[in-house]
Amino acid sequence: MSFEPFTVLRSRTLVLPQANIDTDQIIPARFLTTTTRRGLGEVAFYDWRFDEEGRPRNSSVFHGVDARAHRILVAGANFGCGSSREHASWALVDFGFRAVVSSDIADIFKSNALKNGLLPVEVDEEMHAYLLAHPGAEVQIDLEAGVIGALGGGLSAPFEVEPFARRCLVEGVDPLGHLLNQIDAIEAYEKARA
Amino acid sequence: MKPQTLFDKVWARHVVVEEAADAPAVLYIDLHLIHEVTSPQAFAALAERGLKVRRPDRTLATLDHSTPTRPPGPDGEWPYASPEAKAQVEALQRNCAAHGIRLLGLDDPRRGIVHVIGPELGATRPGMTIVCGDSHTSTHGAFGALAFGIGTTEVGHVLATQCLLQRRPRTMRVTFGGRLQPGVGAKDMALAMIATIGADGGRGYAIEYAGKAVRSLTMEGRMTLCNMSIEAGARCGMIAPDEKTVEWLEGRELAPKGEAWTRAVEDWLSLSTDEGAAFDREVFIDAAEIRPMATYGVSPDAAAPVDGPVPADPGEAGRAAADYMRIAPGQRFSEIRVDRVFIGSCTNSRLSDLREAAAVLRGRKVKEGVTVLVAPGSEAVRSAAEAEGLHEVFLAAGAEWRLPGCSMCIAMNGDKGEPGELVVSTSNRNFMGRQGKGVRTVLASPATAAASAVEGRIADPRPYLEQAERMAS
Ligand code: SF4
Repeated sequence: MSFEPFTVLRSRTLVLPQANIDTDQIIPARFLTTTTRRGLGEVAFYDWRFDEEGRPRNSSVFHGVDARAHRILVAGANFGCGSSREHASWALVDFGFRAVVSSDIADIFKSNALKNGLLPVEVDEEMHAYLLAHPGAEVQIDLEAGVIGALGGGLSAPFEVEPFARRCLVEGVDPLGHLLNQIDAIEAYEKARA
Repeated sequence: MKPQTLFDKVWARHVVVEEAADAPAVLYIDLHLIHEVTSPQAFAALAERGLKVRRPDRTLATLDHSTPTRPPGPDGEWPYASPEAKAQVEALQRNCAAHGIRLLGLDDPRRGIVHVIGPELGATRPGMTIVCGDSHTSTHGAFGALAFGIGTTEVGHVLATQCLLQRRPRTMRVTFGGRLQPGVGAKDMALAMIATIGADGGRGYAIEYAGKAVRSLTMEGRMTLCNMSIEAGARCGMIAPDEKTVEWLEGRELAPKGEAWTRAVEDWLSLSTDEGAAFDREVFIDAAEIRPMATYGVSPDAAAPVDGPVPADPGEAGRAAADYMRIAPGQRFSEIRVDRVFIGSCTNSRLSDLREAAAVLRGRKVKEGVTVLVAPGSEAVRSAAEAEGLHEVFLAAGAEWRLPGCSMCIAMNGDKGEPGELVVSTSNRNFMGRQGKGVRTVLASPATAAASAVEGRIADPRPYLEQAERMAS
């Protein structure tokens, strides 16, 4: 998949403080009967945003939010646990998010997010607590420098991204292309084992 | 040579290109399982780039997630939940036909839930690398395979190259020492472990399960335990192959035959962790202390013994969960009313699971007002269960006996609970809305689920199992 290269992102945050937000919350299973990647932003966090009759929930943090102005999602610990559905990343990207910040993010979700231009940022407890306590804060994420910070003198902290995934995001390296370049080694491996 | 873990041995065999600072390892995949929900976009990505499936012979497809568990109508039409569900099934049929991939289709006697049929066919074998666009691929680790779930983009990578880019995970050994008490099984072990280490306790790790209590489990029990590894956040769970593994695989359709079998067995038995091999983390759990377990919250680590109360002080997250679950802190499980029971899923839908549930239900009736749905894991399980008359036990008790599929585990195919209902389920996830909008899920073993169906409240299965034991002897 191609997406805009990721360098510096500056945006307000949307905060979901709950821990263990699983991918069934991000996109309920009944919306998985799709055969494309598109249009899933409409159903992102559907049951959090809409009630039984499909009316917007006024109490939801998503209510009245302009997704383009909130491109950074800050969430409680163990974000993205559960099902491996990549639809969760597709839905968040389609909704407008470019980064997810938490103290820890589930493995498969992290891997899926990186492949879709959605940056998973794992920060230390102090930074996490700060961001949770300041919903709507203006935050800057500098991927090359590996630093996330609240603008206007707020807290900042380093974060790490697996180097290859970072190259893919910053330089637009395509992981499948990288694998396809190794075809000779793959063939040799298959021959040696046959 | 440095002592190696089971994980080290399997990993090393599959490294095509070593990992470097700026690039992950290229890891070869022996078996790629696919199903209708997470594959269409991967095939589309392949088509966009004009790529073929590299090894159709290492790819195996089944229909399970959005597949109906009710039979076709008189017109031969399957009762799909929606036109989209049907389109998804048809997309897989088309993609498999176009790429020469073996598909266990709707009328195939070997069709079933992807993690049930792999082992049943002998497609899952020790020492293999196995992936699937489904997080419970960890199930296959019960055979000493390195098996883990991947996303759809990676499904595309494996289709195109039979390889994945992977960083080596850390390793954790969970040792269940001591002996399990009667009436306590693999599901209880899994829930007890997750309650101990937390829903993210295994994050970043490949788990190996060891200890006497693990050795004493049947292969089916081992699959249940490895299945739930992902609920602790782990990449995968593994158990070293032994005589039980070998016995289980012998004669299976895709297991090696003749001399190849003898060689394979020798190799498989060499895969256990060497004495003195180091793990990044070690966890010890006393199996003798484990009692039948059930969950009370909306994360699988919110689990406690069914014969007691739920914790009195659940913390802030627990309170939010209690609001959704409508289970008061400190309430006893035996006071919690049950509306529905689901027996099935890749965690607990194999023959021994159905026997366990049937042992409780034999000669009894489901409590009035409680709906019970039993969905066997595969066509093979269904016919074996019917051959023993288990379906009659379920039907006589007032339960529904369905066709194989994921069914109410993920509630995509029309099988689901109604808003507000409390469902005791043998599946693996108690997330909000997992079994239908507003449905409250309590995870438990097949025996506990069956006992809860009889009492209409969450129940300790041990008295029922003891009685069944007495009658059998
Ligand atoms: S039974 Fe449930 S967990 Fe297992 S493969 Fe199906 S949907 Fe996934």
